[in-house]
Amino acid sequence: MGVIVILIIASVLVAGGFLLAFLWSVKTGQMDDDYTPSVRILFEDELIIKKKEIL
Amino acid sequence: MNFVGRMQTTTCYHCGLKSATEIQINEKYFCCDGCKMVYTLLEENGLCQYYDLTEMPGLTAKGHFVSEKYNYLDNEAIQEQLIQFKLGDQAHVIFYLPQIHCVSCVWLLENLHKINPGIIQSQTHFEKKEIKIIFNPSLISLKQVVQLLAFVGYEPVIHLGGNDWLKKKKVNKKQLYKIGIAGFCFSNIMMLSFPEYLSNNALELGSLRHFFIYINLLLSLPVLFYSASGFFISAYTGLRQKWLNIDAPIALAISVTFSRSVYEILSQTGAGYLDSMSGIVFFMLIGRWFQDKSYDSFAFDRDYNSFFPLGVTVLEEGIEVNKPLSSLLKGELVLLRADEMIPADAILLTEGALIDYSFVTGENAPIEVAIGQLVYAGGIQKGRSIQVEVQKPVGQSYITELWNSPVLKNEKNIEKSFVHPWSQYFTIVLLIIAFSSGVYWSLYDTSKILPAVTAVLIVACPCSLLLTVSFTYGNVLRWLGSAKFYCKNAAVIEAIDKIDTIVFDKTGTLTNHEDTHLEYHGMVLSEAEMIAVKSVTRESMHPLSKMITQLLMLEVSDLTSFQKIENFIGKGTKATCNEYEILIGSISFLKSNGIHCDDSLQGAVVCLAMNGVMKGYFAVNHAYRDGMDKMVKRLQDKGYHLHLLSGDHPTEKGHLTLLLGKNIPMFFETGPEDKLAYIQKLQNQGHKVMMVGDGLNDAGALKKSNVGIAVTDQTHLFTPASDAILEGNKIKELQHLIDYAKKAKLIIIYIFILSILYNIIGMYFATTARLSPMVAAILMPISSISIVALSALLSFSFSYKIRSRN
Repeated sequence: MGVIVILIIASVLVAGGFLLAFLWSVKTGQMDDDYTPSVRILFEDELIIKKKEIL
Repeated sequence: MNFVGRMQTTTCYHCGLKSATEIQINEKYFCCDGCKMVYTLLEENGLCQYYDLTEMPGLTAKGHFVSEKYNYLDNEAIQEQLIQFKLGDQAHVIFYLPQIHCVSCVWLLENLHKINPGIIQSQTHFEKKEIKIIFNPSLISLKQVVQLLAFVGYEPVIHLGGNDWLKKKKVNKKQLYKIGIAGFCFSNIMMLSFPEYLSNNALELGSLRHFFIYINLLLSLPVLFYSASGFFISAYTGLRQKWLNIDAPIALAISVTFSRSVYEILSQTGAGYLDSMSGIVFFMLIGRWFQDKSYDSFAFDRDYNSFFPLGVTVLEEGIEVNKPLSSLLKGELVLLRADEMIPADAILLTEGALIDYSFVTGENAPIEVAIGQLVYAGGIQKGRSIQVEVQKPVGQSYITELWNSPVLKNEKNIEKSFVHPWSQYFTIVLLIIAFSSGVYWSLYDTSKILPAVTAVLIVACPCSLLLTVSFTYGNVLRWLGSAKFYCKNAAVIEAIDKIDTIVFDKTGTLTNHEDTHLEYHGMVLSEAEMIAVKSVTRESMHPLSKMITQLLMLEVSDLTSFQKIENFIGKGTKATCNEYEILIGSISFLKSNGIHCDDSLQGAVVCLAMNGVMKGYFAVNHAYRDGMDKMVKRLQDKGYHLHLLSGDHPTEKGHLTLLLGKNIPMFFETGPEDKLAYIQKLQNQGHKVMMVGDGLNDAGALKKSNVGIAVTDQTHLFTPASDAILEGNKIKELQHLIDYAKKAKLIIIYIFILSILYNIIGMYFATTARLSPMVAAILMPISSISIVALSALLSFSFSYKIRSRN
């Protein structure tokens, strides 16, 4: 039975990791725009490469 | 995409307007040189993918090339207001580009760096219609950035509004944090509670049981202290104002649930209701978020600042200086170019003023102003450049004073929502049930008093009411939005429900600005006469004169030369052309030249006399929107009192009476303050007034009315402060939209009946002191989910009328 304690702690920690990922994504503004990225991803690759260079 | 073969007229490759075939490159046709220039620029920079992503994505480029227009951006004080961040060779700026409408827009705007290397990166936000540009100020100035945007057709809207949106964003993020944390805690608590539900007796789990329960307790703390904090704060502020709002019983239920759970856990008598508590907080937060998700790209709270430009060109000893509008002083000379707005009440110093006051007064035709006369803030110069001397500071102009009027100071729609009185009754009934079950158990089994009373408070929390309300308003707002009726918030929907009187503005509301045209009434003109008149009107820059020329252009194509022409500013033109002596202008002008005129003519008419005989007149014929008569009829059938206020001349009263019927009170030549006073008068008579208007002249009335609806033909144009924005071609649907908004209350009542059923079931368990955590854990999600689903279903099915006309 003792292993369940460890498993549950692990599962809560994993879930907590996802929570942190969510909070981080909100904080860095990834939730600000829920439409434009869906358009942007369909543009030609060449554009994305150039953007990376600039960044 | 291939228009070759259609010879006569074709559509512009760039913007899709109908165009003649003269302007073309490689069999791609353009409507104007502007569009062609944009195309050439894009082609040179290898950006023709713009045209592949969407057909004819461009915006008509006419008139975007006034390079002096943005000179004020060279002023450092203005730059500081606009640039958000500046460090070395990087500057960040965000512009509002209302023209963004398709994939191509996004693509082009994010490739601006290919056109000008000074732009480091540009990123668009489609729904907010914003662009964030990072540029190198040593390579490209802010003015050049704006000019480039304007050149490709995306003229940024720059105004004094400031960076208010930054604040809004932060609030929104906090809400998301709360939802995230509540969701995390809720799902984990739920999972860890399963063993408790499924085991037949507590001993089976042994020491693990305590482990689960204590983890749950730990997980519930962030929900209580962070996620649910909004409810406690709101309930507390409500109570301090001696007012029981809907958050009060919710806060009570949350704290009772939590304390009973803590008591059970610490006394080792049970596992508590932490799962239900965190679940309900989670659902309620989602509901609020759903309801509050508003239209990012609309601004409902514009004051006069938004209508005026950021900067003006001031003449200091003959030298042009750019100045922020806020530092404009009395007595300064301002240079106004074509299409610029008069920033403050001023005296005209040079000739050629042709002021369009349609925005301020609702009057259609531009007015010629003579030197030395006063021109008012808000008017737009239509002719060439003029100079004016400022008479009053910006904030004290005729039009801006209206905003500072004390009548408009008090907040609107502070009336409490009908939900709050409900929740008060709910709370009272709840307390009575809790009390009586306590009394009942005190007679039979005193050990069950506390469990029964607390269970009642846990089960019967008005969460379902709150969920119903927030989800229903959220849904209704969305459906109205999809029918191009954008409400500011849920309070507007409730306010619409109470309306009994609707006041319409005429110009721009019942009529369409763009379709205004002239009509000739009177004696039939011969071809030679028409040619002569046309040749004369062609010489004048007056817009009415231009419209006459256009009208006659449809009839005759030839031109002739005239012998003599004399222009009288603000009056008319006198000319001799071949055998005709032509007098064209206002009635008083013709009268002063000894022509006998019919006295019934008045208002915006241009009279025409030839060789001393009155021939007829040209009248501005407003193009009324389709279906206005039916809309008015439907609204009257529903029992609304309708009124019409117009800033224009009463020339069309007869026509309007015919169109809209006799029993509508109509008032003409009403100024902004008259409209405001009229609304106030109606309100004092006990009416709830909806104002439908469009211009700055309606701004006071829109603000004063219970529901102010701003009508716009292009949603990106400025609309005055209002509660809702309606697209022009949807006015004919007004009655259906109002009807649908009224349905919201009905939907809430239906669902509330359902939630009362759930409450009765829960009550049965609670009052008999048999509410186990499992029953609570089953009841809570079932009721929440069914409420959300039913709300979505009902608001969808009621929306068929506004949907079918989409």
